[in-house]
Amino acid sequence: MAQTRKSQLVDPLIDNNPITLQVLGICSALAVTSSLSVAFVMALAVTMVTGFSSLFISMLRNQIPSSIRIIVQMVIIASLVILVDQVLKAYAYEISKTLSVFVGLIITNCIVMGRAEAFAMSNPPVASFIDGVGNGLGYGLILMVVGFIRELFGAGSLFGITIFETVNNGGWYVPNGMLLLPPSAFFIIGLLIWAIRSWKPKQVEEREFKIQTVEAH
Amino acid sequence: MEGLVSLAVKAIFVENLALSFFLGMCTFIAVSKKISTAIGLGISVMIVQTITVPANNLILNYLLAPGALAWAGFPDVDLTFLGLISYIGVIAALVQILEMVLDKYFPPLYNALGVFLPLITVNCAILGGSLFMVERAYDFPEALTYGASSGFGWALAITAMAGVREKLKYSDIPDGLQGLGVTFISAGLMALAFMSFSGVNL
Repeated sequence: MAQTRKSQLVDPLIDNNPITLQVLGICSALAVTSSLSVAFVMALAVTMVTGFSSLFISMLRNQIPSSIRIIVQMVIIASLVILVDQVLKAYAYEISKTLSVFVGLIITNCIVMGRAEAFAMSNPPVASFIDGVGNGLGYGLILMVVGFIRELFGAGSLFGITIFETVNNGGWYVPNGMLLLPPSAFFIIGLLIWAIRSWKPKQVEEREFKIQTVEAH
Repeated sequence: MEGLVSLAVKAIFVENLALSFFLGMCTFIAVSKKISTAIGLGISVMIVQTITVPANNLILNYLLAPGALAWAGFPDVDLTFLGLISYIGVIAALVQILEMVLDKYFPPLYNALGVFLPLITVNCAILGGSLFMVERAYDFPEALTYGASSGFGWALAITAMAGVREKLKYSDIPDGLQGLGVTFISAGLMALAFMSFSGVNL
Protein backbone atom coordinates (compact mmCIF):
# COMPACT_ATOMS: atom_id res chain seq x y z
CA MET A 1 0.00 0.00 0.00
CA ALA A 2 2.80 2.36 0.89
CA GLN A 3 4.23 1.88 -2.56
CA THR A 4 0.98 2.80 -4.30
CA ARG A 5 0.54 5.84 -2.07
CA LYS A 6 3.97 7.02 -3.05
CA SER A 7 3.35 6.42 -6.73
CA GLN A 8 0.05 8.27 -6.43
CA LEU A 9 1.95 11.25 -5.16
CA VAL A 10 4.85 11.05 -7.59
CA ASP A 11 3.14 9.95 -10.80
CA PRO A 12 1.43 13.27 -11.55
CA LEU A 13 4.77 15.07 -11.39
CA ILE A 14 6.12 13.90 -14.75
CA ASP A 15 4.54 10.66 -15.91
CA ASN A 16 0.97 11.83 -15.71
CA ASN A 17 1.36 15.55 -15.35
CA PRO A 18 -1.95 17.42 -15.30
CA ILE A 19 -0.74 20.19 -17.58
CA THR A 20 1.49 18.51 -20.13
CA LEU A 21 -0.42 15.25 -20.49
CA GLN A 22 -3.94 15.55 -19.14
CA VAL A 23 -4.33 19.11 -20.54
CA LEU A 24 -6.02 20.34 -17.37
CA GLY A 25 -5.77 23.72 -15.72
CA ILE A 26 -3.81 25.52 -18.38
CA CYS A 27 -5.53 28.88 -18.00
CA SER A 28 -3.94 29.94 -14.79
CA ALA A 29 -0.69 28.17 -15.56
CA LEU A 30 0.01 30.68 -18.28
CA ALA A 31 -1.23 33.82 -16.67
CA VAL A 32 0.40 33.83 -13.26
CA THR A 33 3.91 32.76 -14.18
CA SER A 34 5.58 36.06 -14.98
CA SER A 35 7.28 36.07 -11.59
CA LEU A 36 8.38 33.20 -9.41
CA SER A 37 6.88 34.32 -6.11
CA VAL A 38 3.42 34.71 -7.63
CA ALA A 39 3.74 31.30 -9.30
CA PHE A 40 4.76 29.82 -5.95
CA VAL A 41 1.75 31.23 -4.13
CA MET A 42 -0.55 30.07 -6.90
CA ALA A 43 0.93 26.56 -6.83
CA LEU A 44 0.45 26.41 -3.09
CA ALA A 45 -3.14 27.63 -3.32
CA VAL A 46 -4.04 25.13 -6.03
CA THR A 47 -2.41 22.24 -4.16
CA MET A 48 -4.39 23.10 -1.04
CA VAL A 49 -7.64 23.32 -2.94
CA THR A 50 -7.18 20.11 -4.96
CA GLY A 51 -6.06 18.19 -1.89
CA PHE A 52 -8.87 19.25 0.39
CA SER A 53 -11.63 19.28 -2.23
CA SER A 54 -10.69 15.69 -3.14
CA LEU A 55 -10.73 14.80 0.56
CA PHE A 56 -14.14 16.30 1.28
CA ILE A 57 -15.76 15.11 -1.94
CA SER A 58 -14.46 11.63 -1.31
CA MET A 59 -15.82 11.70 2.25
CA LEU A 60 -19.24 12.69 0.92
CA ARG A 61 -19.13 10.50 -2.18
CA ASN A 62 -21.69 7.96 -0.94
CA GLN A 63 -24.12 10.69 0.07
CA ILE A 64 -24.04 12.76 -3.11
CA PRO A 65 -26.83 11.88 -5.57
CA SER A 66 -25.21 11.54 -8.97
CA SER A 67 -27.70 13.85 -10.71
CA ILE A 68 -26.58 16.90 -8.75
CA ARG A 69 -22.98 15.92 -8.09
CA ILE A 70 -21.49 18.67 -10.24
CA ILE A 71 -23.29 21.36 -8.24
CA VAL A 72 -22.26 19.76 -4.93
CA GLN A 73 -18.63 19.51 -6.06
CA MET A 74 -18.79 23.10 -7.24
CA VAL A 75 -20.07 24.31 -3.86
CA ILE A 76 -17.34 22.46 -1.97
CA ILE A 77 -14.63 23.77 -4.28
CA ALA A 78 -16.01 27.32 -4.24
CA SER A 79 -16.09 27.37 -0.42
CA LEU A 80 -12.45 26.24 -0.28
CA VAL A 81 -11.45 28.85 -2.82
CA ILE A 82 -13.20 31.58 -0.84
CA LEU A 83 -11.21 30.44 2.18
CA VAL A 84 -7.93 30.63 0.24
CA ASP A 85 -8.90 34.00 -1.19
CA GLN A 86 -9.66 35.46 2.24
CA VAL A 87 -6.43 34.11 3.72
CA LEU A 88 -4.39 35.59 0.86
CA LYS A 89 -6.12 38.94 1.21
CA ALA A 90 -5.33 38.95 4.92
CA TYR A 91 -1.70 37.81 4.88
CA ALA A 92 -0.33 38.44 1.39
CA TYR A 93 -2.30 41.41 0.10
CA GLU A 94 0.25 42.50 -2.53
CA ILE A 95 0.38 39.05 -4.10
CA SER A 96 -3.37 38.66 -3.99
CA LYS A 97 -3.60 41.94 -5.95
CA THR A 98 -1.23 40.57 -8.62
CA LEU A 99 -3.13 37.32 -8.85
CA SER A 100 -6.35 39.36 -9.20
CA VAL A 101 -9.07 37.17 -10.68
CA PHE A 102 -6.95 34.06 -10.93
CA VAL A 103 -7.53 33.01 -7.34
CA GLY A 104 -11.25 33.00 -8.02
CA LEU A 105 -10.63 31.09 -11.19
CA ILE A 106 -9.25 28.13 -9.24
CA ILE A 107 -12.94 27.19 -8.99
CA THR A 108 -13.14 26.55 -12.70
CA ASN A 109 -9.62 25.17 -12.87
CA CYS A 110 -10.20 21.85 -14.57
CA ILE A 111 -7.61 20.09 -12.38
CA VAL A 112 -9.81 20.42 -9.32
CA MET A 113 -13.00 19.33 -11.05
CA GLY A 114 -11.19 16.73 -13.10
CA ARG A 115 -9.62 14.99 -10.11
CA ALA A 116 -12.86 15.23 -8.12
CA GLU A 117 -14.78 13.59 -10.93
CA ALA A 118 -12.19 11.07 -12.05
CA PHE A 119 -10.69 9.98 -8.75
CA ALA A 120 -12.35 11.27 -5.59
CA MET A 121 -15.85 10.10 -6.51
CA SER A 122 -14.74 6.47 -6.52
CA ASN A 123 -11.92 6.24 -3.97
CA PRO A 124 -11.56 6.45 -0.18
CA PRO A 125 -10.68 9.81 1.44
CA VAL A 126 -6.98 9.33 2.22
CA ALA A 127 -6.11 8.06 -1.26
CA SER A 128 -8.11 10.92 -2.79
CA PHE A 129 -6.32 13.46 -0.64
CA ILE A 130 -2.93 12.14 -1.76
CA ASP A 131 -4.05 12.06 -5.36
CA GLY A 132 -5.27 15.66 -5.08
CA VAL A 133 -2.04 16.84 -3.50
CA GLY A 134 0.02 14.95 -6.10
CA ASN A 135 -1.83 16.57 -8.96
CA GLY A 136 -1.58 19.97 -7.33
CA LEU A 137 2.17 19.45 -7.02
CA GLY A 138 2.47 18.35 -10.65
CA TYR A 139 0.69 21.53 -11.64
CA GLY A 140 2.87 23.54 -9.27
CA LEU A 141 6.03 22.02 -10.72
CA ILE A 142 5.23 23.21 -14.24
CA LEU A 143 4.21 26.59 -12.84
CA MET A 144 7.51 26.95 -11.00
CA VAL A 145 9.59 25.89 -14.00
CA VAL A 146 7.82 28.35 -16.29
CA GLY A 147 7.98 31.08 -13.64
CA PHE A 148 11.69 30.40 -13.10
CA ILE A 149 12.50 30.74 -16.81
CA ARG A 150 10.32 33.81 -17.28
CA GLU A 151 11.58 35.74 -14.29
CA LEU A 152 15.24 34.79 -14.63
CA PHE A 153 15.56 35.63 -18.32
CA GLY A 154 12.85 38.29 -18.49
CA ALA A 155 13.84 40.37 -15.49
CA GLY A 156 17.18 38.91 -14.39
CA SER A 157 15.93 38.05 -10.93
CA LEU A 158 14.45 35.21 -8.88
CA PHE A 159 11.85 35.81 -6.15
CA GLY A 160 12.53 39.50 -6.76
CA ILE A 161 16.24 39.12 -5.85
CA THR A 162 18.58 40.19 -8.62
CA ILE A 163 20.65 37.36 -10.11
CA PHE A 164 21.76 38.95 -13.36
CA GLU A 165 22.45 42.68 -12.99
CA THR A 166 20.45 44.27 -15.83
CA VAL A 167 21.84 46.91 -18.16
CA ASN A 168 19.41 49.52 -16.80
CA ASN A 169 21.00 49.16 -13.39
CA GLY A 170 24.53 49.34 -14.75
CA GLY A 171 25.01 45.56 -15.09
CA TRP A 172 25.71 43.40 -18.12
CA TYR A 173 22.48 41.49 -18.69
CA VAL A 174 20.08 42.66 -21.39
CA PRO A 175 16.71 41.27 -20.28
CA ASN A 176 14.54 39.56 -22.85
CA GLY A 177 11.38 41.63 -22.45
CA MET A 178 9.28 39.21 -24.47
CA LEU A 179 9.46 36.68 -21.65
CA LEU A 180 7.43 38.99 -19.46
CA LEU A 181 4.66 39.20 -22.05
CA PRO A 182 1.83 36.64 -22.11
CA PRO A 183 2.71 34.82 -25.39
CA SER A 184 6.06 33.63 -24.08
CA ALA A 185 4.27 31.33 -21.61
CA PHE A 186 2.77 29.46 -24.56
CA PHE A 187 6.19 28.96 -26.12
CA ILE A 188 7.78 27.82 -22.88
CA ILE A 189 5.05 25.29 -22.14
CA GLY A 190 5.10 24.08 -25.75
CA LEU A 191 8.85 23.52 -25.59
CA LEU A 192 8.54 21.94 -22.14
CA ILE A 193 6.04 19.45 -23.53
CA TRP A 194 8.47 18.70 -26.35
CA ALA A 195 11.27 18.11 -23.83
CA ILE A 196 9.16 15.83 -21.61
CA ARG A 197 7.90 13.83 -24.55
CA SER A 198 11.37 13.35 -25.99
CA TRP A 199 12.38 12.04 -22.58
CA LYS A 200 9.28 9.86 -22.21
CA PRO A 201 8.36 8.81 -25.77
CA LYS A 202 5.32 6.94 -24.45
CA GLN A 203 3.46 10.24 -24.18
CA VAL A 204 3.82 11.11 -27.87
CA GLU A 205 0.46 11.49 -29.62
CA GLU A 206 -0.53 9.43 -32.64
CA ARG A 207 -0.28 11.22 -35.94
CA GLU A 208 -3.50 11.71 -37.87
CA PHE A 209 -1.64 11.72 -41.15
CA LYS A 210 1.68 10.11 -41.94
CA ILE A 211 4.21 11.48 -44.35
CA GLN A 212 4.34 9.11 -47.28
CA THR A 213 7.69 7.46 -47.71
CA VAL A 214 8.83 6.56 -51.18
CA GLU A 215 10.04 3.00 -51.34
CA ALA A 216 12.63 1.91 -53.84
CA HIS A 217 11.45 -0.96 -56.00
CA MET B 1 -21.74 55.70 -26.15
CA GLU B 2 -18.17 56.23 -27.36
CA GLY B 3 -17.01 54.80 -24.08
CA LEU B 4 -18.97 51.63 -24.74
CA VAL B 5 -17.64 51.26 -28.29
CA SER B 6 -14.06 51.61 -27.14
CA LEU B 7 -14.74 49.17 -24.30
CA ALA B 8 -16.07 46.68 -26.84
CA VAL B 9 -13.09 47.03 -29.17
CA LYS B 10 -10.73 46.72 -26.24
CA ALA B 11 -12.46 43.57 -24.98
CA ILE B 12 -12.45 41.93 -28.40
CA PHE B 13 -8.92 42.66 -29.57
CA VAL B 14 -6.60 44.23 -27.02
CA GLU B 15 -7.69 42.31 -23.94
CA ASN B 16 -8.84 39.17 -25.68
CA LEU B 17 -9.89 36.73 -22.96
CA ALA B 18 -8.31 33.72 -24.62
CA LEU B 19 -5.09 35.17 -25.96
CA SER B 20 -4.04 37.79 -23.47
CA PHE B 21 -5.56 36.46 -20.23
CA PHE B 22 -5.50 32.75 -21.16
CA LEU B 23 -9.03 32.20 -19.95
CA GLY B 24 -10.92 29.18 -21.18
CA MET B 25 -7.65 27.66 -22.34
CA CYS B 26 -8.62 24.08 -21.50
CA THR B 27 -11.59 24.10 -23.85
CA PHE B 28 -9.67 26.35 -26.23
CA ILE B 29 -7.05 23.63 -26.68
CA ALA B 30 -9.40 20.65 -26.44
CA VAL B 31 -12.22 21.71 -28.76
CA SER B 32 -10.29 23.54 -31.48
CA LYS B 33 -9.65 20.57 -33.76
CA LYS B 34 -12.43 21.36 -36.24
CA ILE B 35 -13.72 24.74 -37.41
CA SER B 36 -17.41 23.73 -37.22
CA THR B 37 -17.29 22.60 -33.58
CA ALA B 38 -15.15 25.60 -32.70
CA ILE B 39 -17.78 27.95 -34.13
CA GLY B 40 -20.52 26.13 -32.20
CA LEU B 41 -18.66 26.44 -28.94
CA GLY B 42 -17.72 30.04 -29.69
CA ILE B 43 -21.35 31.01 -30.23
CA SER B 44 -22.44 29.26 -27.03
CA VAL B 45 -19.76 31.05 -25.03
CA MET B 46 -20.84 34.36 -26.52
CA ILE B 47 -24.51 33.78 -25.61
CA VAL B 48 -23.76 32.60 -22.09
CA GLN B 49 -21.28 35.42 -21.50
CA THR B 50 -23.78 38.05 -22.70
CA ILE B 51 -26.32 36.77 -20.17
CA THR B 52 -24.16 35.96 -17.16
CA VAL B 53 -21.97 39.08 -16.92
CA PRO B 54 -24.93 41.52 -16.66
CA ALA B 55 -26.79 39.07 -14.39
CA ASN B 56 -23.85 38.89 -12.02
CA ASN B 57 -23.58 42.66 -12.22
CA LEU B 58 -27.15 42.95 -10.90
CA ILE B 59 -26.47 40.39 -8.17
CA LEU B 60 -23.38 42.31 -7.09
CA ASN B 61 -25.05 45.71 -7.04
CA TYR B 62 -28.34 44.72 -5.44
CA LEU B 63 -27.35 41.89 -3.11
CA LEU B 64 -23.66 41.65 -2.34
CA ALA B 65 -21.91 45.02 -2.44
CA PRO B 66 -21.48 46.94 0.85
CA GLY B 67 -24.76 48.71 1.54
CA ALA B 68 -26.52 47.01 -1.37
CA LEU B 69 -29.07 45.41 0.93
CA ALA B 70 -30.29 48.85 2.08
CA TRP B 71 -33.59 48.24 0.25
CA ALA B 72 -34.23 45.24 2.51
CA GLY B 73 -33.41 47.17 5.66
CA PHE B 74 -29.79 46.02 6.15
CA PRO B 75 -27.68 49.05 5.17
CA ASP B 76 -24.55 47.83 6.97
CA VAL B 77 -24.31 44.33 5.56
CA ASP B 78 -21.33 43.52 3.29
CA LEU B 79 -21.63 40.17 1.55
CA THR B 80 -18.84 40.52 -1.00
CA PHE B 81 -17.03 37.51 0.45
CA LEU B 82 -19.87 35.37 -0.91
CA GLY B 83 -19.09 36.68 -4.40
CA LEU B 84 -17.28 33.69 -5.87
CA ILE B 85 -19.86 31.13 -4.80
CA SER B 86 -22.78 33.27 -5.99
CA TYR B 87 -21.25 33.95 -9.41
CA ILE B 88 -20.52 30.31 -10.09
CA GLY B 89 -24.00 29.40 -8.85
CA VAL B 90 -25.56 31.95 -11.17
CA ILE B 91 -23.50 30.67 -14.07
CA ALA B 92 -24.37 27.03 -13.43
CA ALA B 93 -28.07 27.85 -13.03
CA LEU B 94 -28.23 30.07 -16.11
CA VAL B 95 -26.49 27.50 -18.27
CA GLN B 96 -28.97 24.89 -17.11
CA ILE B 97 -31.94 27.18 -17.81
CA LEU B 98 -30.55 28.14 -21.20
CA GLU B 99 -30.19 24.46 -22.04
CA MET B 100 -33.81 23.76 -21.12
CA VAL B 101 -35.15 26.81 -22.97
CA LEU B 102 -33.21 25.91 -26.10
CA ASP B 103 -34.40 22.33 -25.86
CA LYS B 104 -38.04 23.40 -25.59
CA TYR B 105 -38.29 26.32 -28.01
CA PHE B 106 -35.35 26.08 -30.41
CA PRO B 107 -34.64 22.38 -30.98
CA PRO B 108 -32.38 22.88 -34.04
CA LEU B 109 -30.20 25.29 -32.07
CA TYR B 110 -30.21 22.88 -29.14
CA ASN B 111 -29.03 20.06 -31.36
CA ALA B 112 -26.20 22.20 -32.65
CA LEU B 113 -25.05 23.69 -29.34
CA GLY B 114 -26.42 21.27 -26.73
CA VAL B 115 -23.26 19.28 -26.19
CA PHE B 116 -21.22 22.39 -25.49
CA LEU B 117 -23.45 23.93 -22.87
CA PRO B 118 -22.46 21.72 -19.88
CA LEU B 119 -18.81 22.33 -20.80
CA ILE B 120 -19.33 26.03 -20.46
CA THR B 121 -20.09 25.98 -16.73
CA VAL B 122 -16.48 25.10 -16.04
CA ASN B 123 -15.05 27.36 -18.72
CA CYS B 124 -12.85 29.91 -16.98
CA ALA B 125 -13.69 32.54 -19.59
CA ILE B 126 -17.23 32.80 -18.25
CA LEU B 127 -16.31 33.12 -14.59
CA GLY B 128 -13.33 35.26 -15.56
CA GLY B 129 -15.59 37.70 -17.41
CA SER B 130 -17.74 38.12 -14.31
CA LEU B 131 -14.71 38.55 -12.06
CA PHE B 132 -13.18 41.18 -14.34
CA MET B 133 -16.53 42.96 -14.31
CA VAL B 134 -16.39 43.04 -10.50
CA GLU B 135 -12.74 44.07 -10.35
CA ARG B 136 -13.16 46.94 -12.81
CA ALA B 137 -16.49 48.06 -11.27
CA TYR B 138 -18.47 48.20 -14.50
CA ASP B 139 -22.02 49.59 -14.36
CA PHE B 140 -24.90 47.75 -16.04
CA PRO B 141 -24.56 48.99 -19.67
CA GLU B 142 -20.81 48.50 -19.49
CA ALA B 143 -21.27 44.99 -18.12
CA LEU B 144 -23.64 44.14 -20.98
CA THR B 145 -21.18 45.47 -23.57
CA TYR B 146 -18.24 43.78 -21.92
CA GLY B 147 -20.05 40.42 -21.72
CA ALA B 148 -21.05 40.42 -25.37
CA SER B 149 -17.76 41.67 -26.75
CA SER B 150 -15.47 39.54 -24.62
CA GLY B 151 -17.53 36.48 -25.62
CA PHE B 152 -17.18 37.51 -29.26
CA GLY B 153 -13.43 37.92 -28.85
CA TRP B 154 -13.16 34.43 -27.39
CA ALA B 155 -15.24 32.98 -30.25
CA LEU B 156 -13.02 34.76 -32.76
CA ALA B 157 -9.88 33.37 -31.17
CA ILE B 158 -11.05 29.76 -31.02
CA THR B 159 -12.32 29.85 -34.61
CA ALA B 160 -8.99 31.20 -35.84
CA MET B 161 -7.15 28.58 -33.80
CA ALA B 162 -9.27 25.79 -35.28
CA GLY B 163 -8.50 27.09 -38.76
CA VAL B 164 -4.78 26.96 -38.04
CA ARG B 165 -5.02 23.47 -36.56
CA GLU B 166 -6.99 22.07 -39.49
CA LYS B 167 -4.09 22.96 -41.75
CA LEU B 168 -1.48 22.02 -39.21
CA LYS B 169 -2.39 18.35 -39.05
CA TYR B 170 -1.01 17.80 -42.54
CA SER B 171 2.42 19.10 -41.67
CA ASP B 172 5.51 17.17 -40.68
CA ILE B 173 6.13 17.96 -37.02
CA PRO B 174 8.80 16.39 -34.77
CA ASP B 175 7.36 13.51 -32.74
CA GLY B 176 7.55 15.10 -29.31
CA LEU B 177 5.97 18.32 -30.51
CA GLN B 178 3.11 16.55 -32.26
CA GLY B 179 -0.37 17.46 -31.02
CA LEU B 180 -0.37 19.43 -27.79
CA GLY B 181 3.09 20.97 -28.10
CA VAL B 182 2.63 22.51 -31.49
CA THR B 183 -0.84 23.72 -30.52
CA PHE B 184 0.69 25.69 -27.69
CA ILE B 185 3.32 27.20 -29.91
CA SER B 186 0.84 28.25 -32.57
CA ALA B 187 -1.42 29.71 -29.87
CA GLY B 188 1.62 31.68 -28.71
CA LEU B 189 2.19 33.02 -32.20
CA MET B 190 -1.48 34.02 -32.40
CA ALA B 191 -1.22 35.77 -29.05
CA LEU B 192 1.79 37.69 -30.36
CA ALA B 193 -0.23 38.74 -33.39
CA PHE B 194 -3.11 39.90 -31.19
CA MET B 195 -0.65 41.95 -29.13
CA SER B 196 -0.15 44.21 -32.12
CA PHE B 197 -3.65 45.55 -31.38
CA SER B 198 -2.46 46.84 -28.04
CA GLY B 199 -1.38 50.15 -29.56
CA VAL B 200 -4.91 50.79 -30.83
CA ASN B 201 -6.55 53.61 -28.93
CA LEU B 202 -10.11 54.70 -29.53
